[in-house]
Amino acid sequence: MSDTKNRTKVDAIQKTGSASRLEKLFADQKAVSISVVLLGFICGTLLILLVGRNPAGMYSAMLQTLTGFDITRGSWNARYIGEWLTASIPLILCGLSMGFAARTGLFNIGAEGQYIVGLTAAQFIALYFPPVPGLHWIVAIAAAGLAGALWGGIVGWLKAKFAVSEVVATIMLNYIAFFFSRWSSMLIPGSNTYKTPNFPDTARLSSPLLEQLTNGSRLNLGLWIALLSCVVYWFVIEKTRLGFELRATGLNRDAARYAGIRVTRSITTSMLMAGMFAGFAGAAVALGSFSYGRVLGGYDNYGFNGIAVALVGNNSAGGTLISGLLFGMLASAQPLMQSRQIPKEITLIISGLVVVFISLRSGVKLFLDWKAKKVAQTQKAALDE
Amino acid sequence: MNSLIAMIPSVLMIVSPILITAAGGMICERAGVVNIALEGLMGVGAFTAATMHYFLEPATSLSVWVALIIAGAIGLAVSLIHAFASISLNADQVVSGTGINLLSTGGTVFLAQIIFKMERTAPFRLGMMPGIGGIYPTAWIALVTVLVAWFVLYKRPFGMRLRACGEHPQAAASAGVDVRKMRYIAVMISGALAGIAGGCLVLTQTIQYTIYTINGAGFIALAAVSFGRWRPKGISGASLLFGTAVALSIYMVNIQSLRFLPSEFFSVMPYIITLITLVVFSGKEYAPRASGQPYERSGS
Repeated sequence: MSDTKNRTKVDAIQKTGSASRLEKLFADQKAVSISVVLLGFICGTLLILLVGRNPAGMYSAMLQTLTGFDITRGSWNARYIGEWLTASIPLILCGLSMGFAARTGLFNIGAEGQYIVGLTAAQFIALYFPPVPGLHWIVAIAAAGLAGALWGGIVGWLKAKFAVSEVVATIMLNYIAFFFSRWSSMLIPGSNTYKTPNFPDTARLSSPLLEQLTNGSRLNLGLWIALLSCVVYWFVIEKTRLGFELRATGLNRDAARYAGIRVTRSITTSMLMAGMFAGFAGAAVALGSFSYGRVLGGYDNYGFNGIAVALVGNNSAGGTLISGLLFGMLASAQPLMQSRQIPKEITLIISGLVVVFISLRSGVKLFLDWKAKKVAQTQKAALDE
Repeated sequence: MNSLIAMIPSVLMIVSPILITAAGGMICERAGVVNIALEGLMGVGAFTAATMHYFLEPATSLSVWVALIIAGAIGLAVSLIHAFASISLNADQVVSGTGINLLSTGGTVFLAQIIFKMERTAPFRLGMMPGIGGIYPTAWIALVTVLVAWFVLYKRPFGMRLRACGEHPQAAASAGVDVRKMRYIAVMISGALAGIAGGCLVLTQTIQYTIYTINGAGFIALAAVSFGRWRPKGISGASLLFGTAVALSIYMVNIQSLRFLPSEFFSVMPYIITLITLVVFSGKEYAPRASGQPYERSGS
């Protein structure tokens, strides 16, 4: 008798304690990402209204970027789609860089620096490696990945060995990479303060097929590098022992150590891989979108925007791909927005808002905890009676 | 040698905003909140000061000072986002700081496009005027800021409580300190100081705000906090060193004996020095112990 009574009590607790609709929504990572992005766009739209411009301009620019269809003139041009995909390539790769480190519990603000050393290495190989067709660009990309991996690996090693904060270390290494890149690129004979001599064609990632398909856009082989990297990312993280160890380290460092995982090695490996993805991004931009080496005058900001990409993509391969395409669309729509009297910085504001909103998500958990506690208290009171 | 002495006012001009920001960053981290947003907050301050000064310049001779105060107020207001996210909601402090940095670059230039119809503020006629010896008043602002910060942090009960929040918030709470309130105050101070510093920078070093105005000064200040080991004397020395390096990278063309070095050599110095220091002092506990960790009230 008392047994059945207890059971009904337990049932009651489980019923009232079960997830409400709100809780379910916030437990679902995808739903959160989508609502955060929507919220960012709503705020952006309101801001445009507030300053007396027409938000339709922003949306028609976005539509034109996504489909190539210019609603104001009724014309269609596939080139816009190509430019959108081109802009997404480095964002996807830098998002993967950020995400890979995040899965191991590290915050990689250093994708920017890893991107820069990758770009610089690719440019040097492009200019100095013998121009063998088919091999030249592959070597350049490999060198870029290696350089990025080295740059990220230093951070991982410093973190693992000396407990140096990866946040401060990566910010420092971003600037070191930037000034190093400027200095070394200007040493190349024939360089001026903003460009090096032209690359041979064998180093370029250009693809006649992709260009033809997109009506002469700059879309290039970097697209396949980005997609392949997503697959590699997914496979390593989800399907290998290494990925499991990295994720375990990210979830609970002490527990991982207790389970026999070499945590210091995981941290270094994770930053190596993260750096490699960002290095690929550097190569994709250097060899895909330019025919000469650049002497950087400032950050390209792909690394920093990669943070937003990974946060929205929940550090998963598929999510990062989609959110990379989203942010690529925003970046690529900038000139179109400007021509429609929408200040193009609205895209930066939307990205910033999205990141801030994501950081606010922890507040929802606080609220749910508080609510659960309330429920538990009322239940306890009911049971005590 | 003479050219080096002649450089002193320029060095102080570059050091001042870095030191003011670093003082704010130090206070913030001593209370337990990491503020990556310093760079963005400086940008907000610089934009505000440049805009205010442009409009007030014809009206009043006190324009620069009004501009600085408003820059501080706006910096404080924006830093509240970081405070709310990281203190009230236990958010990841690096994520919310990064968000503010992104918002700052976008927001300032967006507003410039609305107000001035271009991607920068319209140039003002005269910035801040240098005082005796060609030294800008910003140097005095920086000096006063650091002295006050030192006095309050080490000589007042308020400062002791604030530091306790960054070392051991639970202990501070059990001694009756309102940890969240203290952290809010610290973040707001750092926001106001970064805003003022951004204003100082734009009013002494240039004639308008562009996205390149701050150009890493906030991150240098962040580095100065680490390199200065979270202490007023330390961050003053670090800021002086870093400011000198920045000044050398700009003015070295005037110095015969240094001309063989590339200017990037001086630009990169602050970052390399900071990185090395972080490694060398890594084993020793200089950083506030609870810095970067959200404070969750247990029990209640």
